[in-house]
Amino acid sequence: MAAHLKKRVYEEFSRVVQIPHEETPAKKLRLSKPSKSAALHIDLCKATNSTDALQYLLQFARKPVETESVEGVVRILLEHYYKETDNSVRLKIASLLGLLSKTQGFSPDCIVDDAINTLSNEKSHQVLAQLLDTLLVIGTQLPESPAVRQRLIEVACKHLSDTYFGVRNKCLQLLGCLGTVDSPLTKDSEGLATSLGGVRDVQSIISDYFGDQDPRVRTGALKSMLQLHERGMKIHEIIYDQACRLLSDDYEQVRSAAVQMVWVLSQLYPESIVPIPSSNEEIRLVDDAFGKISHMVSDGSWMVRVQAAKTLGSMLQVSPHFLEQTLDKKLMSDLRRKRTAHERAKELFTSGEFSSGRKWADDAPKEKLDTNTVNLIASGACGAFVHGLEDEMFEVRIAAVEALCQLARSSASFAEKCLDFLVDMFNDEIEEVRLQSIHVLREISTHITLREDQLDTVLAVLEDSSRDIREALHELICFTNVSTKECIQLALLELLKNLNKYPTDRNSVWKCLKFLGSRHPTLVLPLVPELLSTHPYFDTPEPDMDDPAYIAVLVLVFNAAKSCPTMPALFSDHTFRHYAYLRDSLSHLVPPLRLPGNGLDLVDSRCGLGSVESAQLFLQQSLNRISTIQNLEAPGAQDLLDFTIRDLRRLGELQTELAGAADFCATYLRCQLLLMKALQEKLWNMAVPLCFKQNVTATAAAQQILEETYKLEFLYSGLDNRQVATIHHVRLQAKALQLILTARTRQGLEPLISSCDKFLQDIESFQRLFLTELPHLQDSFVDKLLELMPRLSSCKPVELVKILQTTLRQSGLLQLRLQPEQIHRATATIIEPTGESDNPLRFTSGLVVALDIDATLEHVQDPQNTVKVQVLYPDGQSHVIHPKPGDFRKPGPARHRLITQVYLSHTAWTEPSQIEVRLLLAYSSSSSPSKLGWSDSIDSLPPPEAAVEGTIPFSKPVKVFIMPKPTRR
Amino acid sequence: MPEIKVTPLGAGQDVGRSCILVSIGGKNIMLDCGMHMGYNDDRRFPDFSYITQNGRLTDFLDCVIISHFHLDHCGALPFMSEMVGYDGPIYMTHPTKAICPILLEDFRKITVDKKGETNFFTSQMIKDCMKKVVPLNLHQTVQVDDELEIKAYYAGHVLGAAMVHIKVGSESVVYTGDYNMTPDRHLGAAWIDKCRPDILISESTYATTIRDSKRCRERGLSEESARKHRKRRQGKRVGPQTVSLSDHLSVQSSFQERMNLKAPIYFSTGLTEKANHYYKLFITWTNQKIRKTFVQRNMFEFKHIKAFDRSYADNPGPMVVFATPGMLHAGQSLQIFKKWAGNEKNMVIMPGYCVQGTIGHKILNGQRKLEMEGRATLDVKLQVEYMSFSAHADAKGIMQLIRMAEPRNMLLVHGEAVKMEFLKGKIEQEFSIDCYMPANGETATVTTNPSVPVDISLNLLKREMALGGPLPDPKKPRTMHGTLIMKENSLKLVSSEQALKELGLNEHQLRFTCRVQLQDPHSDNDTLHRIYTHLKSVLKGYTIQHLPDGTVMVESIVIKVSSSAEDANTKVLLLSWSYQDEDLGSFLSTLLKKGLPSGLC
Repeated sequence: MAAHLKKRVYEEFSRVVQIPHEETPAKKLRLSKPSKSAALHIDLCKATNSTDALQYLLQFARKPVETESVEGVVRILLEHYYKETDNSVRLKIASLLGLLSKTQGFSPDCIVDDAINTLSNEKSHQVLAQLLDTLLVIGTQLPESPAVRQRLIEVACKHLSDTYFGVRNKCLQLLGCLGTVDSPLTKDSEGLATSLGGVRDVQSIISDYFGDQDPRVRTGALKSMLQLHERGMKIHEIIYDQACRLLSDDYEQVRSAAVQMVWVLSQLYPESIVPIPSSNEEIRLVDDAFGKISHMVSDGSWMVRVQAAKTLGSMLQVSPHFLEQTLDKKLMSDLRRKRTAHERAKELFTSGEFSSGRKWADDAPKEKLDTNTVNLIASGACGAFVHGLEDEMFEVRIAAVEALCQLARSSASFAEKCLDFLVDMFNDEIEEVRLQSIHVLREISTHITLREDQLDTVLAVLEDSSRDIREALHELICFTNVSTKECIQLALLELLKNLNKYPTDRNSVWKCLKFLGSRHPTLVLPLVPELLSTHPYFDTPEPDMDDPAYIAVLVLVFNAAKSCPTMPALFSDHTFRHYAYLRDSLSHLVPPLRLPGNGLDLVDSRCGLGSVESAQLFLQQSLNRISTIQNLEAPGAQDLLDFTIRDLRRLGELQTELAGAADFCATYLRCQLLLMKALQEKLWNMAVPLCFKQNVTATAAAQQILEETYKLEFLYSGLDNRQVATIHHVRLQAKALQLILTARTRQGLEPLISSCDKFLQDIESFQRLFLTELPHLQDSFVDKLLELMPRLSSCKPVELVKILQTTLRQSGLLQLRLQPEQIHRATATIIEPTGESDNPLRFTSGLVVALDIDATLEHVQDPQNTVKVQVLYPDGQSHVIHPKPGDFRKPGPARHRLITQVYLSHTAWTEPSQIEVRLLLAYSSSSSPSKLGWSDSIDSLPPPEAAVEGTIPFSKPVKVFIMPKPTRR
Repeated sequence: MPEIKVTPLGAGQDVGRSCILVSIGGKNIMLDCGMHMGYNDDRRFPDFSYITQNGRLTDFLDCVIISHFHLDHCGALPFMSEMVGYDGPIYMTHPTKAICPILLEDFRKITVDKKGETNFFTSQMIKDCMKKVVPLNLHQTVQVDDELEIKAYYAGHVLGAAMVHIKVGSESVVYTGDYNMTPDRHLGAAWIDKCRPDILISESTYATTIRDSKRCRERGLSEESARKHRKRRQGKRVGPQTVSLSDHLSVQSSFQERMNLKAPIYFSTGLTEKANHYYKLFITWTNQKIRKTFVQRNMFEFKHIKAFDRSYADNPGPMVVFATPGMLHAGQSLQIFKKWAGNEKNMVIMPGYCVQGTIGHKILNGQRKLEMEGRATLDVKLQVEYMSFSAHADAKGIMQLIRMAEPRNMLLVHGEAVKMEFLKGKIEQEFSIDCYMPANGETATVTTNPSVPVDISLNLLKREMALGGPLPDPKKPRTMHGTLIMKENSLKLVSSEQALKELGLNEHQLRFTCRVQLQDPHSDNDTLHRIYTHLKSVLKGYTIQHLPDGTVMVESIVIKVSSSAEDANTKVLLLSWSYQDEDLGSFLSTLLKKGLPSGLC
C-alpha cells in the first residue's frame, strides 16, 4: 500500500523517476514463483545419472516452496520416485516429501495414499525407513484425522517385522506418535492381529519390542512408549516389570531410556504394591522404582548416571526411610528385613558390619551374623547420593546436588540429613559444583539451622579465590540461621578476614552482616560489649570511622538493635554519633532505630506501614487530576502539570517501591508539558520569519520529547501494550510537530515530500502494531488522523501539514493508566571504580590499561545484549564497549551484576586527567512486537520501519583519573 | 570340559608379592611379579621353582602382564626375567613402563647399597628387563599370539594402573590388579565393560571396609591442617607417603592454595620428585578435573611445596613433611620418624595399608617401643593417626565392579584370609556365583562351558528362515536340519546335499517298510480306495494321491494292498517311507493298525 501511495506522490509532484529500492527483490520473487515446480521437473528429466539427480534435488531443497505449489511438486517427485532405480535418489525424494509436507498451510492428507503406496513396492530398507519417517511427519501434521491415523498405524504394524533395525525403529516411532491406547487395533487389522496372537493394543505391541535383539530398537521402543505417555495416554502398569528388566541392559542408551520409563511409571502408579523377589514382602512401587534408579547412580556409563541422578530429584513421593538410605553407604550390611527384624537391624546399624576406614584395625571381622538374608532393596541403591556426590564426572555431581536440592525442599528431615553432604560439596574441585551446592544450600536454607562445625566448613569457603563463589556464599549467609552466639562470632570473624583479604567484597560483606544481624538479634545481644569493645568502667578509644571492618561490625549491631530495644543501652556515646553518620551515608544498610532522645525517631515514623497504599492513592489521584485537562490550552493547565510533575518526582524519592511508576508518570507528563508549550497559540499565529526563536525552542522541544519517549519505552520494565501504545502516540505527536516545523521553515519541496511520506508510514506502522489498542485511543490524535487517512494519503504535502497542525492542536491529553507496582525503572550503579581515587592510573601511551568495572543493574531485561559501557575521554572521544555475556551474573530476580574489564588507551598527556565511565542501555525499535514472517513479506508489504537504534545513559558517570605517559625511548 | 586354572604364587590370601599364574585354553600367563615388603629373605620373591625346577621360564610362560608400578606388583620382575630367565614379552602400560624402572632402581639401591646385600639384580639387569617390555594402551586389544589376546582397562589405583582382560577363544579372565572405584583427587575411577569373563580375579585389600565418603576423609585432613595452622608452635609432622605419592600432596596443596596457609611443606627428594614428574607428563591418565584444568595450571606444579633436605629435619617451627615409603620400613621416612618419634607434639599420619612386619604396621597396632637394628629400642611418643587414603576399592567398590563385569566366577587375591572369607560370603549371597580364594601355591580350577562357533551356510539359514517365523528370536533355541562338517579345525553347518557334494559321497536312501494286517472283506482295490478316503479325511493339508498302479502315495510314503494268501479277508498293507518322513510314516502305521472305520464306503 505504501508503495502504491509513494507512486502517486511521485507522479504528482515530480518528474524524477526514481525506482524504489525495495521493489526489485519483490519482483524477482514473484517471477520465480510459477517456475518452481516446472523447473524441478525439467531438472529431473534432464538428469542422466543418479548423481546429477541427487544434485538437483539438493539444490531444490535449499529453496523454500510456496504453499500453493507444494502439491504439484509432490506429484512430480512421486512420479520420479517410481521411475528411479537408485536407492539414494529415492531416499532423498522420500525425505523431501517429508520436508514438503511440513510446509506451513499445506494439508498433507492428499498425499497420504500415495506415500503409503510407495511403501508396498519398496525393497531397500533405508528408503523404507525414510518413507516411514515421511509418514510420521504427515501423521503429525494431521492430528485431527482418525482415519489417516488408523491407516498409518496399520502400515506401521505391518512393517514392524522388518529385518532392518531402522524400519522397526521408525514403525515404533509412528506407533508412539500416533497410536492410541483406548482403541485396540481390531477389525481392520485382523490378519495382522491374529499373526501376533490375538487382538492387541499399541502398548503391548510396543512392549513386545522391549526384547528386540537390536539395542537401537529396544531404545526406540522405550522412547515411543515415553512418547505415548507424553501424549497423555495412560501407560499400563504391566510395563513396569519389563522396564525394570531393561535397567540391566548391556547398552547405555537402553538403560538411560529405561530409567526414564521407570520414573514415568513410578509417577503414574506410586501407591501400587510390588512384591520383592525372593521374599514374601511387598513395597510401594515408587519406593521400588526409587531403589532401582538409585542403583543406576553407580552405573558404568556416566550418561546413565547423570540421567539417574536427575531423575531421583523428582521422585518426591518416596518414603522417608528409603530416602535416607541414599545418604548412607553402610546400610548395605543391615538392609535385611528391616520390618521383621527391626531391632537387629538397628543394632547392626550402630555396630556396623563394615569398617569405616578411618580407624586402623576396626575391621577385624566379627562372627558371622546368620540372618535370613533377604535384601529389601538392591544393596547398590543405598548411598546413591554419596556415590553421586563423589562421582568422577562433575556433570554427575551437579545432577546429584540438584536432585538433593529438590528432595530436600520437600522434606525438612531429609534437608537436615543431607546438610553435611552439601556442606562437604563446598570443597569440590570444580568451581561450578561448588557454586551449585552453595546455591542449593541457599534454596533449602529455610529448613535448616547450621551447626558450628558445619558453619566452619561453610565459612572456610570465604577464602576461595573465586569472586563468584564468595558472593554466592555471602548470599547464602544472608539467608541462613545459626544456632549459637559462637556461630555469629565465628561468622563475623571470617567475614572480617574476608574483608581484609579481598577489599573489593566490601559491599557484599556489609550486606551479609546486615541480614545476619537482623536475623539473630538475640544472639548478637550478648556479644555487643565485646564487638564494640566497650568496658563498664573505662572509656575505650574511639574506633576509626573509615575502617571498613568497624563499619561491618556496626552494621551487624545496628541491624540487630532494630528488633532488640535493649541493645542501644549498651552503646557508648560515639556509637550514637557513628550511627547518625552511617544512617546518612549508608542508609540502605543501617535501619532506622528508636534511640532515646533522638530526633531521628520522627523522620522514620513516617515511613511506617500503610504508607505504600497512601502513596499509591496519591499517585492515582494526581493522574486523575491530570485527566481533567481536556484542552491543552486551558489556563492553568500548564501550572497543574508543573506541580504534578514536581509532586510525582518527590513521591518517587520518598517511596522507593513506587519510584518506577512515579518517574514514569512524571516523564510522561513532562512530554505532554513540552508539547503543550510548543503548541502555544501565539507561536502559530505569527508569520514564519518572525518567530524564528520560538521555532528553535519548539524544534528543541520536539527533539526532547522524542528522546524522552525512547526512555519511557525502553528504560521501564513491566509496561503493558497499552502503555507502549500511549508512548508511541506521544512520539507520533512529536514527529507531527517536527513535520510541521520543517514545513514552516524550509522551503524545498523535495525533503518535505519525503518526510511526509515517512510520517504516513509511521502512522501505518502504528496502526499495525497497536491494532488491539486502537479502541482505547478514542478521540486521540491518532484516532483522528486515521479517520482522515484516505484523504491524507492522497492530498498534497502542504495540505497534509495543515491538517496535521489543526489535529495536533485539537488533540487532548491521553490518559495514562497503569499498575504502579509493576513498573520499574532500569537503574545501574557503578560500584567500582569509585571515582574517589586521587592516584591516577598510569600507563604508557599507545598501550592499553585494563579498568575493572563492577556494577549492579536492576530491572534490566536481557542485559547481555543491551548494556554497554561508555568511556568518555576529556577530548570528547568516546568509546562504547560491549561486555562479554559471561560478565553478567544474576544474583537475584530482576538484578544483574556486571563485572568486567574495559581497556583504555590514549595518546600521551602532559598531566593526569579524568575520563568518564558510564553504562548505556542500548535499544532498537526493530525489536518491537510484530515480527513479520517470511511468507508474509513476499506480498510486497512495506519493509518494516527503519530500526531506530540508540542508547540511553542510565547510570551516574564515574570519573577515573588516568595518565597516559609518553613512551620512554 | 575345558578348564581355567589359577595358581597364586604370591598374594594368595596375603598382601604383597602379587604373582598369579593362569592357564587358560592351553596358554600360561603370569599376572604381576611382585616382591614382599615384610621380608628380607627368600620369601621376598615368588617361588618361581613352582613353574620349573631348572631352566628358563620362557618355555613355560606365554606372557607376563604387570598391572602397575608398585613394588609388590613388579618388584621381582628383573629377578625373574634376568636371574631366573624369561625372554618372552612383558606387557605394561606406558606410565608403568616409565615409572617402574625408577622404583626398581630405588629398591635396588636400598637393598644393595644401604643394606649391603649381594646376589641381587643390578642396574643393567633392570635395563635389560625393561627392554623386554611391550607397552599397552588403554582399550587396545593386543594379540600376543594367534589365540591369546589381552586388553587393558583403566584401574584408577595409581598412574598407569590397569586391569587386564585376557581372552583365549571364548574363554576369558579379568585380572584387576589394584583398583579404585571411587575417583580421588587426581585419578579417575576404574571402569570395565560388561565383558562377562569366566573368572574375575580381584584384589580384596579392603574386603571388610566400606569407607566414608572421600570428602569426609578429606575434611579430616583439612581439619588436621587447619588445627595445626591455628597452633603455630606445634611440632613437626611426618606424613609418610605410599609409593603412589602425590595424592595427599595434591589435596594438601590445593587446600593450601585455597586457604593461603603458610606453614612450609616439604616432600622428600629423589624418587618422589621423579615420579611426580611423570604425573605431570601423563596427564591423560588422570581424572576429569586435572585433564580439564591443566591448561591453566598443572595440578602437579606445586607452589608451596619444597623439596626436603635432610638438614631441615632439625629446623625449629612447624612443618609438614611427606616422605616415602609409606610403611616406614626403610628410607627417608624411617629416618625422619626416628628423629621425631620422641616428641609427643609431633604426629605421624599413616596414609594407607601397612603390611605385616613393617614398622608402620607395628605402630598402628599400638606398639610404643620399637626394636631397631642392633639392639636399640625407640620410644614412640608422637601421635599416630591413620587415614585410609590408599586407592583400593572397598567392599562396595568390589561389588560394583562385579556388577559391571558380570563374571561367571570370582577369585579373590591380595587380601587377608579372614577378610576374604567374609567378602566371599557376601559375593556368593548377593550374586550367587562361585567365589574362590586360593592360598599361595594352591590351584583353583574352574571348568568353563565355552560356546563353539560354527559357520552356517547362508543358503541353509535362509531356507530355515523361510520355513520359520518372521524373525529369528535370539532368546529361543530353534531346531534345524543340517550336516555338521568338521574339517581342518573349523566347523561348518551346511545342508545335507551340499555336505554330500563337498565330501564326495553318494547319497544312500534309507527306507523303512512295514506290513500291517487288516481285516477287510472288500476287494484289494476297494480297500485301497477306502484307505485313500480314510486318510484323506484324517490328514488334511497333505498331498494324497491314488495312483493308477494300485498304490496310494502320501507325500513320499507308498501304501500297497495285497490279499493274504490264506485269508481273503485279511489284507496286508505294505507301507514304505523314507528316512526323512519317519514321523509321518510311523504315524500312518499306527493309524492303519487301528483298522479302518466301518462307515467308509
